[in-house]
Amino acid sequence: MNDSLLVDLLAHAVLYGTPLLFAALGELLAERSGVLNLGVEGMMLVGAVMGFWAVQSFDAPSGVSLAAAVGVAALAGAAMALIHAFLVITLRANQIVSGLALTIFAGALGLSSYLGNDLDLAGVPADASFQNRDVLGLADVPVLGPIVFGQNALVYASWVCVVLVGLYLARTRPGLNVRAVGESPAAADAMGIDVSAYRYAHTLAGGALAGVGGACFSLAITPQWVDGLTRGAGWIAIALVIFAFWRADLCLVGAYFFGAFSYLPFALEARGVAEGVPSEVFDSLPYVLTIVVLVFVSFGFAKRRLGAPAALGVPYVREER
Amino acid sequence: MRLERRLEQPRWLVLAVPVGSIAFSFAVMAVVLVATGHDPGYTYRRLFSAAFTADGALTSTLVFATPIVFTGLAAAAAFRMQLFNIGGEGQLYLGAVAAVGIALWLGDRGVTSTPLLILAMCLCGAAAGAAWAAIPGVLRAFFKTNEIITSLMLNYVAALLLTYLILDSFSYWRDTESFEGKTFGIGKVIPEEAHWPSATLDVAGEVVVPLGFAMAIVLAIVVWVLYSRTRFGFELQVIGDSQRTARYAGMRLRRKILAVMCLSGAIAGLGGAALEGDFAHQLDPTGLPASYYGYTGIVVAALARYNPLAVVPVGFLLGGLLSAGFTLQGADFPSGLVGVMQGIILFCALGGELLIRYRVRIGRGMRGPASAAAEPAP
Repeated sequence: MNDSLLVDLLAHAVLYGTPLLFAALGELLAERSGVLNLGVEGMMLVGAVMGFWAVQSFDAPSGVSLAAAVGVAALAGAAMALIHAFLVITLRANQIVSGLALTIFAGALGLSSYLGNDLDLAGVPADASFQNRDVLGLADVPVLGPIVFGQNALVYASWVCVVLVGLYLARTRPGLNVRAVGESPAAADAMGIDVSAYRYAHTLAGGALAGVGGACFSLAITPQWVDGLTRGAGWIAIALVIFAFWRADLCLVGAYFFGAFSYLPFALEARGVAEGVPSEVFDSLPYVLTIVVLVFVSFGFAKRRLGAPAALGVPYVREER
Repeated sequence: MRLERRLEQPRWLVLAVPVGSIAFSFAVMAVVLVATGHDPGYTYRRLFSAAFTADGALTSTLVFATPIVFTGLAAAAAFRMQLFNIGGEGQLYLGAVAAVGIALWLGDRGVTSTPLLILAMCLCGAAAGAAWAAIPGVLRAFFKTNEIITSLMLNYVAALLLTYLILDSFSYWRDTESFEGKTFGIGKVIPEEAHWPSATLDVAGEVVVPLGFAMAIVLAIVVWVLYSRTRFGFELQVIGDSQRTARYAGMRLRRKILAVMCLSGAIAGLGGAALEGDFAHQLDPTGLPASYYGYTGIVVAALARYNPLAVVPVGFLLGGLLSAGFTLQGADFPSGLVGVMQGIILFCALGGELLIRYRVRIGRGMRGPASAAAEPAP
């Protein structure tokens, strides 16, 4: 029964949704502090290539080198986010254009490709990759086994992140401050909160999570490096934050929804279902669905902009409020 | 140090900042090159020679500059109204598909008149691009859906459409007669009469100017006139600056959003038609997406500060960069370098924008950095 299409699809929905989940949580943190970062795709790709480089070059047991690789990916993502943060927070640049610039700089034709090329990573088999676990020996339990107990360590780490981000924003003092900075930076400033410091910190944290999300591709899903291997996942993650009404728990639901549609083409192809339908139709599903869901969400809630931080995308200048 | 908002933006700065950004970004890039073990002086010399001074370099630069001037104009036209159409990439593909399609179809029906074929390719390319851009346009106008994400998602769909047409089906666009076409999948070549003419100029060696590039210059002037000399353009400017003001003044937002998205898409689609007519002559499902003409157009537009007239020289410069990157690609000129340079140039231009909008005052009316931080907000 664990071989049935549905269980297979759901188990892989979790796997394929994990990079989206990491990236969406990161974007959520940045956006909650009022910084829109459209460079997620670029940060993910640089995280992916640096994570893969780390795992190839660290001579250590695979567990250690994988953990180190995730750390390197997070640092790489944060370094990319730092550029965006400096431009939009300190230099007050347009957040949309700066994010696009980051995607072009770091993306499939930019730094990630340059690094992959310069470090000779393309077409090399991975030295180590995240393997599926057997948690509590329950991986063979019907239905729930492969979905909940048979995933790799990154999946479990992402669950921890969802809980942490959710609690942080809703239940802690710094979390409250972040929300204040995102909703009304002037009020937060009057309260004595350092708006720039909060925005820097959360944009960097967002970049780190995006980097880890990218590493999910190069260390777990397809353990190798090819140019542009995230194939638009960063953009779907940005859309996810909107579907999730800027809430961490809903990011998880949305990520697995899109994870399922990312895996669907492989599942159908492997089983020979849907012969005669061009594979491109299934390949385009995640992109088309992103549009459909985005329309659905914006249609009902456009008037109130449910959940969107009020100061999202607006630079804060103390003298000009 | 403190920043003061400028009441007027001096004209010389508007020119000096982009030029300065390009110079500064070459310095930053040199650091990256040294850090990764390349010689920047050598790389830059080869880059400059391959882009502008070598034999036939200018011709090749114009080939790359043509599509990105179109996509740059497309981006500038939309971004000016704060409408972020980043689907230029997909709209260009659709324009190329439609232009090749109509050229093949008319060719099959025995049409041999070159002007007629060119006209048909332009119209169909522009219409297809406009239709593709109308999807995010309608969604933005009627449902307030974020056009950045929808237009970008459609780029991926358009790329998959190219793959389908040439690699995964025996469509009208695929060469089904030759052995290579049947086994590997290559596009059918459009009839000889539908290849666009070009002019050969004799400046510093022979330079072939494709018809598409001339068309792009004319289009840049048309867009400039439309945006700075007509009521339509004025209304777009108002909407871009403040939607609320525009609504109170009775401007029709939905219509304008749709019109601008379609205009932007049509320009990008025309770029696709020009690219096919000038030099590609067949659909190439791997080469076209690998060129990133649409995304480069955004860089061009931003560097030109969304001024249509400035798009032409900026597009020419970045065309040189693309062309050189293409010619030099290899061990000592890794792929990705071009994107990195574009990104750095754009970052510098964005940062430099601060100097246009603000005046930097150093040490007047304050005793030190500590007292500046303690200064109460007005």
